[in-house]
Amino acid sequence: MSFLSVRNVSKYYGPVAAVDSFGLDVEKGEFISLLGPSGCGKTTTLQMVAGLVRPSAGTIMMGERDITHLPPPQRELGVVFQSYALFPHMTVAENVSFGLEMRKVAKAERDRRVKDILALVHLLALADRYPREMSGGQRQRVAIARALVINPPVLLLDEPLSNLDAQLREEMQFELRRIQQVVGITTIMVTHDQSEALSISDRVVVMEQGRITQVDTPYELYERPRNPFISSFVGKSNFLAATAEHHAGGATISIGNTGITFQANDRPKGKHVSVFIRPEKLRLTAPSEGQIEGTVTSRYFMGNQWLVSAKTPAGTLSVAVQNFGAPPPPIGEKVGLVWRNDDCRVLAAGAAE
Amino acid sequence: MSASVSAARPRMVVPSLLSAPATLFFIGLVLLPLALTVILSFNSYDYTAGIQSDLTVSNYLTVLQDEYYYSTFWRTLRLALITTVIAVVIGVPEAYILSNMRKPWRSIFLLVIIGPLLVSVVVRTFGWSMLLGKNGFVNGALAAVGIEPVQLLYTETAIVIGLAHIMLPFMVIPVWTVLQKLDPTVEAAALTLGASRFTALRRIVFPQAALGILSGSLIVFALSASSFAIPGLLGGRRLKMAATLVYDEFLIELNWPLGATIAIIVLLANLVIMLAYNRLIEQQAKRKLG
Amino acid sequence: MQRNGPVALIFHSLVVAFMLAPMVVVCLVAFTPENTLTMPWNSLSLRWFEAVFEHADFMASFWNSVRLALLSATISTFLAVPAALAITRYEFRGRDALNALFLSPLIIPHLVLGVAFLRLFSLMGATGSFAWLVATHAIVVSPYTLRLILASLTSMDRNAENAARTLGAGEWTVFCRITMPLLLPGISGGWLLAFINSFDELTMSIFVTSPSTVTLPVRMYMYASESIDPMMAAVSALMIAVATVTMIVLDRMFGLDRLLVGKG
Repeated sequence: MSFLSVRNVSKYYGPVAAVDSFGLDVEKGEFISLLGPSGCGKTTTLQMVAGLVRPSAGTIMMGERDITHLPPPQRELGVVFQSYALFPHMTVAENVSFGLEMRKVAKAERDRRVKDILALVHLLALADRYPREMSGGQRQRVAIARALVINPPVLLLDEPLSNLDAQLREEMQFELRRIQQVVGITTIMVTHDQSEALSISDRVVVMEQGRITQVDTPYELYERPRNPFISSFVGKSNFLAATAEHHAGGATISIGNTGITFQANDRPKGKHVSVFIRPEKLRLTAPSEGQIEGTVTSRYFMGNQWLVSAKTPAGTLSVAVQNFGAPPPPIGEKVGLVWRNDDCRVLAAGAAE
Repeated sequence: MSASVSAARPRMVVPSLLSAPATLFFIGLVLLPLALTVILSFNSYDYTAGIQSDLTVSNYLTVLQDEYYYSTFWRTLRLALITTVIAVVIGVPEAYILSNMRKPWRSIFLLVIIGPLLVSVVVRTFGWSMLLGKNGFVNGALAAVGIEPVQLLYTETAIVIGLAHIMLPFMVIPVWTVLQKLDPTVEAAALTLGASRFTALRRIVFPQAALGILSGSLIVFALSASSFAIPGLLGGRRLKMAATLVYDEFLIELNWPLGATIAIIVLLANLVIMLAYNRLIEQQAKRKLG
Repeated sequence: MQRNGPVALIFHSLVVAFMLAPMVVVCLVAFTPENTLTMPWNSLSLRWFEAVFEHADFMASFWNSVRLALLSATISTFLAVPAALAITRYEFRGRDALNALFLSPLIIPHLVLGVAFLRLFSLMGATGSFAWLVATHAIVVSPYTLRLILASLTSMDRNAENAARTLGAGEWTVFCRITMPLLLPGISGGWLLAFINSFDELTMSIFVTSPSTVTLPVRMYMYASESIDPMMAAVSALMIAVATVTMIVLDRMFGLDRLLVGKG
């Protein structure tokens, strides 16, 4: 019996399915990210779990309890909204204490718990401020504290970091994970930022057009994306057109225009396939030493690495070169490209790019 | 994603209950009396027997054929139009000047311009009657520089001055609102591209403010055409406008059906203006979208 | 940001003078010791202010207007809050028509409303009733309260309410603890605007008031169109003073530009 179980939940707006047969089992203490482009139904899914949107079909179970039709106050879940939705007419302490008041917690205990939770999010000194007197990051912490203070079984986060600037966002990512682990709370976060999802989740649920397309650990998701959309949405990718000859042990893959063939364990359907490989799995060598030869067409300096594009018979490939101190070959220079065939994923051709 | 828990309840019941008191109130006290007035305008009137319960268009014919009535309508339209033009000529540049002011001055002078809205029309009109009267301050000032005193009070000029004063805020407000939303760097960009200040105003600022000017003009025209206190106090007993005419018919002549007819014509004219305005706004919105 | 040139500033000064002139003159003349409308060049006197306070009709009309404005602004608020909630929070048939109906007193000239009320009350035999006068004023000022409440409802972050629900608050608690406090500025601003508009209303009231329910603007209009003496200036000066105080209060609390200019 899993802790939170979302079974076949759908939401229709008229004939349009915003969420289509969403199914997911969440274990206690897990940190799950719902990842997808805007309009993929991830926020609607979260709102259905929170009870703010009624599912058109399906059930949501908390352990043995069916909560599908419970109104939000009785679900007792912690929700952090994208806009934070702080009560503008209440101080930080009053905001945080609101949920406890609703639970008729005695004043003394309320004060103690508010204090504890504000200490956890490092906001104790600002307890008497109003939301408008705080920075974005501080408001974010208030929203988290307000959701956590009621000891909810599950914490729901709707794009919690999207209103913060880049540097603060990275800082808050780890802060969020720290708080989640200190409290040990089961968490579902909605995000469209793949790096955010990869860095702090236990598992990532990728959604496209209302449907789940892959559920995996961040590492598996990155290394074995199930379709071209995911491989390009999560991280950067190179795609090479190839043909597959299927046989008993797997398939022999021939990359177009190159004469390169290799054995693949993946078994994509059909004869025409895409070979995809991450830029950081490619290396540059002398022209004669590579599996394939190419000419440098652009190079961008990213700080910790260079992103080099090379034109090859198989198409233009991006190569991530670690910044070891020496710049990579300049534009126009001939280079060789090397990779391990094991690092290639073979996917059914079609929707690639 | 805007659906909420409350949507779970029966769809019609809650909003109906919430809006029921206001709806009943407005049906009983807006729609019903208006309907009664429309009916009244088709009743005939007898100076000895009072209001008859027949149905006739004779009141409308009287208003359209009798010189006294149609000349009053004509004056009403003419003065409202002149007032509108004056309000545009003064109000639009003033709104622009206000929007160019620096921080404390801008809000202070905006208050000076729109604050008079909070002062009763009667008070402001009374002020003008003192200024424009035979021994008033305008004539006093003219006499001081050796000009013959002129008859201002109880002339159309006096009515237009009074109307312009009352209406100016209604022109400044919509234009100022539009100007506030404009990106000031756009005008600056026009200047860096070599446009003169005047060209930038004419080609960049003015077209963007056009909708505000239009909406201000319609409000000013509609309010001027139905204004009561100003022609009443500054036009004297002789110079009537539509509203004072209705007042006379109702409370002096006691010919209610004829008064109702004039009122209905004023209402129809107003509705036509407002509908035309809504159409314009919709077209504008469509053009912006597509 | 462009600066205003000298021509613009001269123009602006003239406009400001034009806007203030009648009110300044009224306030000055109110202090005249003479029996005619003259400037108090030589000496100031409060005799006309005293005359106002001793004038029973004016005082009766003043209190009448105050009561009328208090009642009608309050009634319009009680009508407007639920109506605004229905309009902003629910999708239902006839919503647009209802919205148009509630805002219609802004489009229908007060002259026409006055005539229509007079007709209705004469058929009902209710002419001269103070209660019905209150009802007519509630109608006329409702659009002001409704507009401000609608504006604060639409600009309110509905997730604040959702957040309260997820924290365990029931619908009634959400309304009392979250919705109402957030609506309060809109409600009080709308109430004040309604109060002022009722207090200043002339054109409609002149048709509906009877000798016993004459409001202050109607009384002043009657007085000004018959006789002109400095007492009228004194009353006007008092009203300007009240309006100025209200303006400052409104400006401090809400920002007058926001209140009068609205959301565009």
